[in-house]
Amino acid sequence: MSASVEELRPQTAILSRAQGPGEETAYVSPPVVRSRPQTLLAVPVGACIALAIHFLVPKREVVPPTHYYPLILSVMLGLGVLGAALHPFFAGLRKWMRQMCPILGVATVTAAVWELATSCFGLLPLPYFPGPEGVFGSLVSDRSLLFDSTWHSLVLLISGYALGVAIALITGVTIGWFAHARYWGMPLLKIVGPIPATAWIPLAMVLSPSALFSAIGLIALAVWFPVTMLTASGISNTRASYLDVARTLGAGQAYLIFRVAIPAALPNIFIGLFMGLGTSFLTLVVAETVGVKSGLGWYVSWAQGWAEYGKVYGALIIMAAFFSTIMTVLFKVRDRVLVWQKGVIKW
Amino acid sequence: MVALSEPAAIEASSLRVRRASKYFAAINGAAVGGLALDKVSLFVSAGELVSVVGPSGCGKSTLLRLIAGLTLATEGELLVGDEPITAPSAERGLVFQDPNLFPWLTVRRNIEAGLVARGVLKQERGQVDKFMRLVGLEAFADAFPHHLSGGMAQRVALARAMINHPKVLLLDEPLGALDAFTRMRMQDEVLRLWRVHRTTMLLVTHDIDEAIYMSDRIVIMTPPPGRIEQIIPVKMDRPRDRSSPDFLRLRGDILETMHFAGRSLAGNGV
Repeated sequence: MSASVEELRPQTAILSRAQGPGEETAYVSPPVVRSRPQTLLAVPVGACIALAIHFLVPKREVVPPTHYYPLILSVMLGLGVLGAALHPFFAGLRKWMRQMCPILGVATVTAAVWELATSCFGLLPLPYFPGPEGVFGSLVSDRSLLFDSTWHSLVLLISGYALGVAIALITGVTIGWFAHARYWGMPLLKIVGPIPATAWIPLAMVLSPSALFSAIGLIALAVWFPVTMLTASGISNTRASYLDVARTLGAGQAYLIFRVAIPAALPNIFIGLFMGLGTSFLTLVVAETVGVKSGLGWYVSWAQGWAEYGKVYGALIIMAAFFSTIMTVLFKVRDRVLVWQKGVIKW
Repeated sequence: MVALSEPAAIEASSLRVRRASKYFAAINGAAVGGLALDKVSLFVSAGELVSVVGPSGCGKSTLLRLIAGLTLATEGELLVGDEPITAPSAERGLVFQDPNLFPWLTVRRNIEAGLVARGVLKQERGQVDKFMRLVGLEAFADAFPHHLSGGMAQRVALARAMINHPKVLLLDEPLGALDAFTRMRMQDEVLRLWRVHRTTMLLVTHDIDEAIYMSDRIVIMTPPPGRIEQIIPVKMDRPRDRSSPDFLRLRGDILETMHFAGRSLAGNGV
């Protein structure tokens, strides 16, 4: 207990900080400063540079004119100008722009450099490195298949992840709490766990009636190991004094497990959930590439087979957005569940 | 060794320890093994507040853990009323030096914990507000423990233990980690809870002043193995004056019993 520091604060401050997760961000964010013009202009200027390069520098490769790339740049230019015009009126927009404008500005300039290196000067070999025009063109033109693939990947990922987590929580709590389960379970966990789930692919193909089931099983297996390991260690490291206190309050076995050991292990469990999510992405892509005939992993290898590298990069962009969105969701869940913890890392 | 004097009629919330010994086996050859308690006998009548003082390693905490039922005595008998102690129970509340609040629960939910654990939250929900008021924490109902100061956290721990209306409340240096002023305020707070509920209390402490200020009797233990050296009744009216001659005289006596007094040191030629 950091008694001395806390007691110096006025009580109202303690109260307001204690009111909820929303309040927590209040003292983490930097103090209010005026938006600097270079921040506001980053996106419009970046978009203008990219547009100028796109239209003024002669192209070496012959690309089918899709105009999606300049369209995206124009939209960014328009939104950038609009945001700069409106930002004095909306505090939320102001905060967002201050944080995001430099990054988005640099992103547009990067796109421009990329176009110079590929479409304009042909510094990188074709067909492996198409220009932004080609990538954004295939992103838009193949959108229905991409959307379909993303949907299939999402369903597969969620079913595998949920199954793996559900089993892992049961095995982790059992191994962590019961000495007998630990004796018999730990060796199995230590030997089988570290094998990468993808190494089981040959066996999974033989055992499972369909590629889809084997993919779900593999993802579940990939998630199971880290979540079980971290859950078990979290449970068995529950502070003995919490358990002692609970016993003297009249707690039975169920209370000790579900209301003391599991909450105490939650920070650990979430580390396992994050590690499991990482391995599940990997396993998802591999499983889709070799077995399941749908999803983003399948799309990438299929596009590569036809040497359509514009589509490969398009799918990679979708994958990046897809995985990082899921990661963000898990962080949000963690922040909600572990609101009682001090000093959690922000995503 | 002090003779055990048990009254003929045993009240339900009295506490009896009869020739209790605790032997710890040495773990991996470490020097922690051995006899922690050696045939300790103690009778605490219902509603009495008894302090246990003694240097560290004299088995005070072991004695408390035996009474709580968290560890079992190697030999001897412990009883609350007429029932032998075999396991932890809500009848015997325990408050540690570290408040050990559940960090994932708000102040209110921490105080409720005992009711939830016994499955009586629905029937006794009114108790929660009562105990939060009793320890003056209504305003912090929804705060999480890491927002609380040491004194506030310990008040929550007291309320959490008291809400079960234990027959015996065991206090293991509950105020040991607090600063001197918070500590004196909390001593009054504990006394107030004791007066209101007439709970039998056994207080382990390092602080002789605290023992004299609070208790009806003071048990002096010596190490090792833990034995009861002497039991000293405190016959002063409450609230007690920490600087009165009686208080200071008693303090001197206790220090002398524990061989810390200047007189005895001088006498030994140290």
